[in-house]
Amino acid sequence: MTVTTDLLLEATGVAKTYGAVVALRSASLAVRPGEVHALMGANGAGKSTLVKILTGAVRPDGGRIAIRGRERMAHSPAEARRNGIVSVYQEPALIPDLDIRDNLRLTETPVEPFRHWLGELGIGDLDLSRLARQVPLASLRIIDLARALAIEPDVLMLDEMTAALPANLTERVLEVIGRQRGGERSIIFISHRMIEIAAVCDRATVLREGATVGVVDIVPGAEERVVELMLGEIAKDTTDGGARVASGPRPADARPRLTARELSHGTKLQDVSFDLYPGEVLGVVALEGQGQDELFDILAGSDRPSGGELLVDGAAVSFRHPADAIRAGLVYVPADRAEALLMQRSVRENIALPTSAQIGGWGPINLARERRVVDGAVQQLQIDSRAGGEVRRLSGGNQQKVTIARWVAGGVRTMLCFDPTRGIDIRTKQQIYTLLRDLAEAGAAVLLYTSELKEIQLACDRAIVIFGGRVVAKIEAADADEPALLRAAYNLRSDAQMPEEVAAEIVAAVVAEEAAATPDAADREP
Amino acid sequence: MSTAVGPVDDARARPSDALVQWARRNGWTVSLLGFFALLLVFTKLIQPNYGVAGVQGLAISVLPLALAAAAQAVVVISGGLDLSIGSMMALTSVVAAVLMKGQPEEFGIAVVIGVLLLGLLLGAINGSLVVITRVPDIIVTLAMGFVWAGCALLVIKTPGGAATKWLKELVLGSLGVEWIPKAAIALIIVVAVVWIPVRRSTLGLSIYAIGSNRLAAFRSGVPVGRTKIAAYVLTGLFSALAGLSLTASTGIGTPVPGPYTLLSVAAVVLGGVSLAGGRGGVFGPIVAVLILSLIRTDMTFLSLDTNLAIVVQGIILIGVVMVGSFIQLRRTRA
Repeated sequence: MTVTTDLLLEATGVAKTYGAVVALRSASLAVRPGEVHALMGANGAGKSTLVKILTGAVRPDGGRIAIRGRERMAHSPAEARRNGIVSVYQEPALIPDLDIRDNLRLTETPVEPFRHWLGELGIGDLDLSRLARQVPLASLRIIDLARALAIEPDVLMLDEMTAALPANLTERVLEVIGRQRGGERSIIFISHRMIEIAAVCDRATVLREGATVGVVDIVPGAEERVVELMLGEIAKDTTDGGARVASGPRPADARPRLTARELSHGTKLQDVSFDLYPGEVLGVVALEGQGQDELFDILAGSDRPSGGELLVDGAAVSFRHPADAIRAGLVYVPADRAEALLMQRSVRENIALPTSAQIGGWGPINLARERRVVDGAVQQLQIDSRAGGEVRRLSGGNQQKVTIARWVAGGVRTMLCFDPTRGIDIRTKQQIYTLLRDLAEAGAAVLLYTSELKEIQLACDRAIVIFGGRVVAKIEAADADEPALLRAAYNLRSDAQMPEEVAAEIVAAVVAEEAAATPDAADREP
Repeated sequence: MSTAVGPVDDARARPSDALVQWARRNGWTVSLLGFFALLLVFTKLIQPNYGVAGVQGLAISVLPLALAAAAQAVVVISGGLDLSIGSMMALTSVVAAVLMKGQPEEFGIAVVIGVLLLGLLLGAINGSLVVITRVPDIIVTLAMGFVWAGCALLVIKTPGGAATKWLKELVLGSLGVEWIPKAAIALIIVVAVVWIPVRRSTLGLSIYAIGSNRLAAFRSGVPVGRTKIAAYVLTGLFSALAGLSLTASTGIGTPVPGPYTLLSVAAVVLGGVSLAGGRGGVFGPIVAVLILSLIRTDMTFLSLDTNLAIVVQGIILIGVVMVGSFIQLRRTRA
C-alpha cells in the first residue's frame, strides 16, 4: 500500500456485500487535485455503491479511503462533507416542504456564493422563497449543484448530473465543470453520455463487476478503450450503433393501432396528431417541457385531454382511468421506475401484477399460470434475479426491465415508453432497444419518447417532433440523425435562419460529437 | 449565452410581502381562524347569554387539549405519531398533584421544573425506542402509552393530590380586562416560548426536513435519528405542560388518561398538519381545538343528544378535511 500524498482522494480495495450479493469486490479510485475524473461502468458494476461509501451513506466491509494521504473514513454524509467530499445525487436532495432559503440553512450553505453559482449555471433569477416542491426537476438539479459548489468542497461528486437536464442547461453545467479543471478542486463525474465524458473529463476509472478494471486517459479516441473495459467481451455488439435498416414499406391497407387527432391539454399541449401502426416503433422527440409529459399522461389514461380525439383500432375511446387504457391495450413504461413498480415486493409479484391480478377483479390467482408467465418474461428479458427478493435491491437497468417485463408477460398490443433508458447503462439500453424492435416485429405498436436523440435511429422507424405542444415535424429514421432532430426540436427548418445562440449550441453539440468520433476534428473545437 | 448572468443580489422581501406570503403559506390556519370567528358569532346568536363566562370557560377547558395538540403536531411534522400523549399527561399530572399536596408554595416551583424534566425524559425514552429498535412509531408509542398509564396508577390509585395555589391562579380568572382569560395568555406564552425558538432554529428545520423527505434530509447531512428523538422530547415537554395544566385547572391529579390522545390526532389533522409529515405548524391544531370545543358547546346549547353530538363531531372532522384537500387539489391543478 503506497501512500502518495499528491493524490487528493485515494480509495483502495473497497469491498461491500449485501447479504449474498457482492456489490463491490475490490474497487480503487485515485483522484488528482484539479482533475475531472469520470467513474464508469455498466449496470451493477458498483458505481453507486462506491459513491455511497465515499460520501458516508454506506459503510464498506473493507478497504481504505484517504484524503490528501490521510486516512479518512466517513460514517455519514455530514462527516464526509467535513472531510471535503460533497455529492450531488441522481435524485434531488432538497426537502420538498421547505423553501430554497431554508434548504440552504439546513446545509449551512452561504447564500451569496450560491447565488453566484446559480447565475453561472443559468438560472440566476430563481426566487429563493419558493418551496422546493414547486420548482421544476431540472432547476432542482441545478440548485443541488450550485449548493454543492457554494460549500467549496475539495472533491465534488456528480452522479448522472445531466440526466434530467434540457440541452441548454446541460451545456452550462458542462461549461462550469470544465472551468474547474486545473484548480484546487477535483470532480468525480458519473455519466452514461460518452460525449460529455469526452468534453470535460481528464481521466476515467472503469469498474466492472465490483472491481476497478482500468484507468484511461481521456484523449480523442479513448472512448473505444473505455467501452471495451466497461463491457468486457460483449463490447463488439454495442459499439456498432449505426442506423438500423428500416423495415419494409407499410402495406397500403394497414390500419393504425392508435390515432391521435388534434389532442390538446391546457396550455401545454396545443395540437398533436399522429398515427401509430402495428409493427412499428414511432419515436417522439421534444426538448424538456414541450407537452410530451401531458401527451403520455393522456395516452396512458392518467389525465383527460381538454380537446381532440383518441382512436384505438379506428374506434374513438375516452379513458377515465389507467385501467381503461390498459383494457384498450395501451400500456405505459415511465422513466421513473418508482412510478411503476412496487419497490418492496418481489420481481415475481411485480411482473405478475398486471396480468394475473385481473383488472377490476378480486378473485383467486391462478398460480401455475402466473409462474409460467413470469418465468417466460424473466428469461426473455434476461433480468438479473440474483437478489431474487425485493425489486428495490435491483440496479436501475434491471428495474426498468421488470417494468417492461410485466407488460410483455401479458402479451402487449401497444406500448407507450416515456424515456425508458434514462440513467441506464449502454448494455441494458441495447437490450431494451432490441426488445422494443422484437415487440414491433411481433406485431405490437410502440410509441417511444426519448431524451437521447441518438436512440431514434437505433430503435425507431420514424419520429415525430413536438415543440410548444404541437407536432412540428415527421422524420423517417434514415434522415433522423442528431443534427436534423435537434434542428427540428428547436423548431428550425433546415433552410431557416437560426437565432445565434441556438446555432451556437447546435454547433457545439455537433463539434463535440465529431470530436468524439474522429480524432483529427478535435482541434476545431473552440 | 455565456454573458447572461442573472441578478446575483439577494432580493430581500418587504415586510408587507412577507405578511402576504405568511398568510398564503398558512392559508389553512387563517381560514380556521375565520371559521372560529363565525362559530363565535353563531354561538352568540343561538345563546345571547354567551359572554365573559363562556369565553373564560372555553379557555380553561381547551388548555390541556390545546397543549396536547401542540405535542402531537411536533411529532407528526417529524413524520411520526405519538399515541402515548394522554398517558404522559396523566402521569405528569398525578406526579405534580401528589408532590404538591401539603407542600409550601415555593416547593411548587421545584415540582413544576421537575415535572417538565420528567416530560423531557418520557419523550426521550419514546424517541430513543423508536429510533433504536426501528419498530414503527405507532406500535412503540401505543405500548409505551400502556406503560405510562400503569406508572400513573402506581403513583396514585384514585384521583387525588392537590395543586399549589399560584399554579391554579396562573390559569383561572382573567388578566386586566375580563375578556382576556389567563388560560389563553398562558397558552400563548408557553407555545411561543417553546415553539417559536425551535421553529427558527436548525433543529426546527431538521424536524420539518426528516418529516418531508427522510432520504434527502440524510443526504443533506441532517442527523435523522437524533432529530427524531428531539421531536419526541419536545412532544414529551408539551405533554408535561398539558399534564400540569390539567392539575392546575382541576386542582387534583387523575391517574386515568382522558380522551386526549385521539382528540390530539383529530386536532392535528383538522389543523392542517400532514399525517405524512413535513407540513403544518402548531398554531393550526390549537385553533382546531378551539373549534372542536366550541362546536361541542354549541350542541349543548342546541340541546342535542350527547351521543348524537359525538357523531356530528366526527362528520364535521371528515367534512372539513375533505374540503381542505379539495381546495388543495384545485390549487395544484390551477
